[in-house]
Amino acid sequence: MDYEIIGITVLWTFLYGYLIVASIDFGAGFFSYYTKITKKNHITHNIIQRYLSPVWEVTNVFLVFFFIGIVGFFPSTAYYYGTALLIPGSVAIILIAIRGSYYAFATYGAKDSNFYSFLYGATGLLIPASLSTVLTISEGGYVSVEDGKVQLLYGELFTSLYSWGVVILAIVSVLFISASFLTYYASRAKDLDALELLRKYALVWAFPAIIMGVVVFFLLGNQNPEHYQNMLDIWWVFAVSFINFAIATYLIWKRKNYGTAFILVMLQYFTAFYGYGISHFPYLLYPYLTIYDGFTNETMAIALIIAFIAGLLLLIPSLYLLMRLFLFDADYVKGKK
Amino acid sequence: MIEYDPVIYSRILTALTLGFHVIFATIGVGIPLMIAIAEWMGIRRNDPHYTLMARRWARGFVITVAIGVVTGTAIGLQLTLLWPSFMQAAGHTIGLPMFMETFAFFFEAIFLGIYLYTWDRFKSKWKHFLLVIPIVIGATASAFFITSVNSFMNVPQGFNIVDGVLTDVSPLAAMFNPATPTKIAHVIITCYLTSAFILGAIAAYHIIKGNAHVYHKKALHLTMVSAFVFAIGTALIGDLSGKYLHEYQPEKLAAAEWHFETEAEAPLILGGILTEDNEVKYALEIPYALSILAGGSPDTVVVGLNDFDEEYLPPLWVHYAFDLMVFIGIYLAAVSAIFVFINWTKKWNAFTKPLLWAVVAGGPLSMIAIEAGWFFTEVGRQPWILNGVMTVSEGATTSQHVDILLYVFVVLYAILGVTCVVVLRRMFKTNPVERELEKRGISHTGSRIAK
Ligand code: HDD
Ligand code: HEM
Ligand code: HEM
Repeated sequence: MDYEIIGITVLWTFLYGYLIVASIDFGAGFFSYYTKITKKNHITHNIIQRYLSPVWEVTNVFLVFFFIGIVGFFPSTAYYYGTALLIPGSVAIILIAIRGSYYAFATYGAKDSNFYSFLYGATGLLIPASLSTVLTISEGGYVSVEDGKVQLLYGELFTSLYSWGVVILAIVSVLFISASFLTYYASRAKDLDALELLRKYALVWAFPAIIMGVVVFFLLGNQNPEHYQNMLDIWWVFAVSFINFAIATYLIWKRKNYGTAFILVMLQYFTAFYGYGISHFPYLLYPYLTIYDGFTNETMAIALIIAFIAGLLLLIPSLYLLMRLFLFDADYVKGKK
Repeated sequence: MIEYDPVIYSRILTALTLGFHVIFATIGVGIPLMIAIAEWMGIRRNDPHYTLMARRWARGFVITVAIGVVTGTAIGLQLTLLWPSFMQAAGHTIGLPMFMETFAFFFEAIFLGIYLYTWDRFKSKWKHFLLVIPIVIGATASAFFITSVNSFMNVPQGFNIVDGVLTDVSPLAAMFNPATPTKIAHVIITCYLTSAFILGAIAAYHIIKGNAHVYHKKALHLTMVSAFVFAIGTALIGDLSGKYLHEYQPEKLAAAEWHFETEAEAPLILGGILTEDNEVKYALEIPYALSILAGGSPDTVVVGLNDFDEEYLPPLWVHYAFDLMVFIGIYLAAVSAIFVFINWTKKWNAFTKPLLWAVVAGGPLSMIAIEAGWFFTEVGRQPWILNGVMTVSEGATTSQHVDILLYVFVVLYAILGVTCVVVLRRMFKTNPVERELEKRGISHTGSRIAK
């Protein structure tokens, strides 16, 4: 396999990891705020807090890993995206900064305040919206390059149906992924009230999530016909994704096997995300940058891959320990520890 | 109005974000070690006061970590946004340690999450202590990796440029360049020193305010002994850093010392002002000291500013930043030495107001030394972003709007900084040590070093 492909696969996998863990986190923030203003937070508060508190920092590192890794493997992305994304990137930085710090203030600091939860909830939806613009931009048509000067075309970006479609898809997906995970977590904790409420949220957001997925699929046809055609060529990947979705929703509906249901949701996004990624191949930014011309030198690539493997050997046992203590330890989940 | 220049604004914004991040990063590297020492003492001496100390420090630490993480994420993204050409070059050459740094974060983040929530979960106290070790290693490793990137910016090596094309890249040679040993050692040990002093300042402040519990005295003693060790290390490694500069970045050393004529037996100049025709006035001169700092003996010849191309000289105000750092370094070493000595002789009382106030001042001063040190190295590298390879203006973004972002980030950091202080104060005010000691029933135990 080419180093280019190993590199992009590693990064894409981490982005997928971020998609899942961050969605859980972002959605939880939103639900936590929403239940607070509808006076139901006594039901969900414990579940959300017990899961989130030990892991929020880990979530953030997934993102850091991705954007540092992409500069390492594909230095030219720094040049193109770095210049184009100055404003949207900074907006994302600000939102992440507000979210992370106010979460810590609210959780570890002395006081629980409505304002903190509002910030926490609102940023939970705005961050995915702002980050998703990176994928939108990668489709091409939103960036101009003249005499080596890269510019983002804000007019195009803000008036494009596709770009708004992606934003909405990102938000509803966050809510769906998060609700289906929290449903599972509540079922493990045997917290029936929370389970009922969260299950309802999962079902409410399931259909918008799948419908937006289909809508965006077709909107892409206008935006980038080449990519769209590639996606049609591997239509079965998206069909598998849909089947996963259907079974997952069915299980939640029937109040059965919440754990399996969540794994199916993960698979649903896994197939869709990789299907999207593979058909995007080999472009990092249509039509300017492919993984081949943006790649780092071979020595660096080998060094990064070795570092990556060594890093994984360190991380996997640690992550396992974290999950064992906080996710699979029934007593902890139930709040007995 | 000055004309909009993305380079200037990018520099200011970078300095702002890094200057803010480094406050929390420094604490983030140093405090885990102090927590580990306290927890270890608690188990070894079977003294619950130390264990409580570790617990309370860890609690405050979470808040500062949070800001460290978000500002770190900010600078990580901002480097790409503001310095796209630099990052493109950096990705090819020094991407490895940057990449490895994220693993260090990962490692630290995972164990921090576990550590904080498992105080009472294990039967053996040692088990919980073991969890702090990965945090110390992870935090120190982040400093290690990121500082090696900064070293590379000062002495870029491990690649060749032939007709504008990068060849022969060697990531390890880039990472372990001549600046790496002194730089990393100095950065890490000053993180430890600063953290010890900040915790010591808090303890001293409590004693001044009349909180008589032996807990505070133990905290002060522990932090001052550590600080003393770190301060000696800082001065020694600082001296080696001077020797490194002499060899590899003589223009930076000359600028720091306002040293114009190339000569042996060069004096060290402290403070002073520079007249229009480059004459140093009102300064304190220590004969031979610069030659000794640079090469270890008075007859070392130190190259002067007049022998460099003026176009490539850094601004001369870095002299003050350098002096400030060195002055504070001496101050911190002296204060901690006096405290440790008095406490050790047992003849006098170390807990007197003047000395306590001196310790309190050491907290903020050490942080000022960190800032001064960084401003000195970074501005002292001007006009280069990669010393001798790429200038700052070649590395910068060409985007518009950097000015607006600068204002936005000023506001953001101001809000974060203020809230951080407010939250920390409230956290410890609503739950003072005395009450927690009562609550845990350890108010009257273990008064071994109480006097
Ligand atoms: C508590 C903080 C602190 C203290 C007390 C000192 N330093 Fe320092 N110094 C730093 C914190 C620092 C730093 C922030 O960590 C720097 C900035 C960048 C770096 O590599 O380390 C630094 C850089 C730095 C450099 C530049 C290295 C380079 O550009 O590569 C020199 C020559 C010294 N120091 C020398 C000293 C001496 C002789 C000290 C006398 C005691 C001293 N420092 C105390
Ligand atoms: C955290 C402590 C640090 C502080 C306080 C700091 C401070 C500064 C300051 C004041 C400048 C502006 C210099 C000028 O324009 O005159 C600067 C520039 C810069 N620094 Fe650092 N720096 C730190 C560490 C680092 C590290 C570890 C890196 C590398 C990864 C780095 C990368 C840069 C870059 C890319 C610039 C812009 C180019 C330049 O102006 O030279 N800095 N920094
Ligand atoms: C020498 C100066 C620096 C030191 C000692 C340092 C150290 C640290 C530490 C210890 C943390 C973890 C937060 C905490 O525990 O408080 C952190 C966070 C971070 N730093 Fe810095 N840092 C420095 C400069 C930089 C620079 C120049 C960059 C940009 C490349 C950077 C990128 C980051 C990132 C991305 C994070 C967040 C990681 C996460 O999500 O956990 N740091 N830094």
